[in-house]
Amino acid sequence: MFGAGLATMWLSLLVLIPLAAVVWRAQEDGAGAFWDAVTAPEAAAAIRLTVVASFIVALVNVVFGTLIAWVLVRDDFRGKRIVEALIDLPFALPTIVAGLVLLALYGVGSPVGITLAYTRAGVVVALLFVTLPFVVRTVQPVLLEFDWEMEEAAASLGASRLTTFRRVVLPNLLPAISAGTALAFARAISEFGSTVLISGNLPFKTKVAAVHIYGQIETDNTTGAAAVATVLLVVALVVLVGLDMLQRWAARRA
Amino acid sequence: MRDGPRRSRLGLRVVALAYLAMLLVLPVGLVFWRTFEHGVGPVLDALGDPSVLHAFKVTGIVAFWTVLLNTVFGVGVAVLLVRHRFPGRRALSAFIDLPLAVSPVVVGLALILAYGKFAPIGGWLEARGIQMIFALPGMVLATVFVSLPLVVREVAPVLEEIGIEQEQAAWTLGAGKVQTFKRITLPSIRWALAYGVVLTLARALGEYGAVAVVSGRLVDKTQTVTLVVEERFQNFDQTTAYAASVALAAVAVVILVVINLLRPDERNR
Repeated sequence: MFGAGLATMWLSLLVLIPLAAVVWRAQEDGAGAFWDAVTAPEAAAAIRLTVVASFIVALVNVVFGTLIAWVLVRDDFRGKRIVEALIDLPFALPTIVAGLVLLALYGVGSPVGITLAYTRAGVVVALLFVTLPFVVRTVQPVLLEFDWEMEEAAASLGASRLTTFRRVVLPNLLPAISAGTALAFARAISEFGSTVLISGNLPFKTKVAAVHIYGQIETDNTTGAAAVATVLLVVALVVLVGLDMLQRWAARRA
Repeated sequence: MRDGPRRSRLGLRVVALAYLAMLLVLPVGLVFWRTFEHGVGPVLDALGDPSVLHAFKVTGIVAFWTVLLNTVFGVGVAVLLVRHRFPGRRALSAFIDLPLAVSPVVVGLALILAYGKFAPIGGWLEARGIQMIFALPGMVLATVFVSLPLVVREVAPVLEEIGIEQEQAAWTLGAGKVQTFKRITLPSIRWALAYGVVLTLARALGEYGAVAVVSGRLVDKTQTVTLVVEERFQNFDQTTAYAASVALAAVAVVILVVINLLRPDERNR
C-alpha cells in the first residue's frame, strides 16, 4: 500500500536510521570500548546523578501530582480555572526559559534567600518544573470519573477518611499515578535544556547525562556520546515498555 | 459540612498552591517583573538587535516547516492507523511514540551520525550540494523528530470515535476520495487537528537541545531564539536574555490560552 510505504519510509529516514546509527556507533569499537565509555568516571557520575535525580523527581511527582489533581477536582476556590490552565505551562514554555526563570529566583542573590544554583537540588527543581503536568494530567481524568458513592459507602460503614482514601480511592488511582510517574521519569532521564543554566554543568557534581552527551559531541567524541546515549535510550525504552505492560494488565483487570 | 473535612481540604489547597507558586508562578513572574523593571524601551531595544531579529526569523522558518510537515504526516498516519489494516501497523503505531522517549541531545546526535558530512547519507547529499547539519534542513528535521507524535495522537482517537458511516455515505453518493476527505473527514477532526497543531507549534518554537546540537549555533546563521537566550545569558547580557525569554514566554501563554479553549474534554460537551 502506497500510504503505508510512504509513512514507513519517512519514519525510517527521520527516526529509525538515525537512532540505529547511534547504537551502531556505540558498539563500533567493540563491547569493551562501549563499557569503558559508560563507566568512565565522569560518564558514570553523570548517569548516576541522572537516575537518582529522576527517581527523586518521580517520587515528589507521585505525592504533589496526585495532591494537585485532587485539589483541582475536589476543591473549589476563586481562580481555580487559572491554576488549572497553569499546569500546562511547563509544556508550553521552552526548557531553556524554564531554566532561566528558576535561576532568577533560586540563583545567587536569590530574593527568597534560597540558593540552588550549581547544586544537585537545583537539578531536581529544574526536573520537577518540566515534569509537573504528567501525573496531574493522568490522575485528573480518573478522579473526575470516580464514583463518589464508593467513598460514601466506605464512610457510612465507619471507615475514617484516611482509611477510605487508602483502601478505596488510592487503588483506583494507582494505574493512572504509575502511568504519569513513568512518563515523568522518562522525561527527567532525558532532560537537557532546563538543567543547562541552573546546574552549572559541574563534572561529578551537577552534570546530567544529556549534558555529558552534549559535551562529548562538542569535543568530537561521538563514540563516547553514542555509548551514553544508548544507555539513555535503553532506560527510556524499558520504562515505556513497562508502562505499556502495566496498562494492559490494568485494562485486563478492570 | 463538618469542620474536619473543611480544614483538611483547606490544608491540601494551601500545600498545592504553595508548591505551584514556588515552582512556577514566582520564578516566571520574577523574570517578567525584572524584564519590565525599567519600562518597555530597553526590552524593545534588546529585541531590535539584528542578531536577535535574525534568530526570530530562523525560529519562524523552522516552526513553519515543522508544523507543515507534521500536519501532513500526522493526519496521513492517523488515517492509516485508524482506517486501514496492513502488516506492520502495530509496529508503526509503536514507533510513532518513540521520539517522546528520546532525549533532545540524542536526537541531535542521531541526526549528525546519519546526515553529517562524513555519514553515508549525509555524504551522498553533500556531494549533491545539500548540507543538512549546521544548516536549516537539519534543524527542521530535528524539530520534526521531537514533535512527531503530537498531531497523530490528537487526531487518531477522534477518527476512531466518529466511525466511517458518514464517509461511506459520501462514497455511496458518488463523492471521490479527496472530496470525502475535504467535506466529511476534515470538518470532524478540525478541533483535534487544531489542538495537535498548537502543541506542535509550541514545541517547535521552544525546542532547544536537538537544535543546539544540529545547528552548530552559528550567530546570524542558524541561531534560534532559544539559542539566543542561552548565548546571551552565558555572556552576561542579561537584558537581551530576559527580553527574548519573555517574548518566548508570552507566546507560551498565548498558546496556553488556546490550548485551554481547545481542550479535548471540553469540546465534546
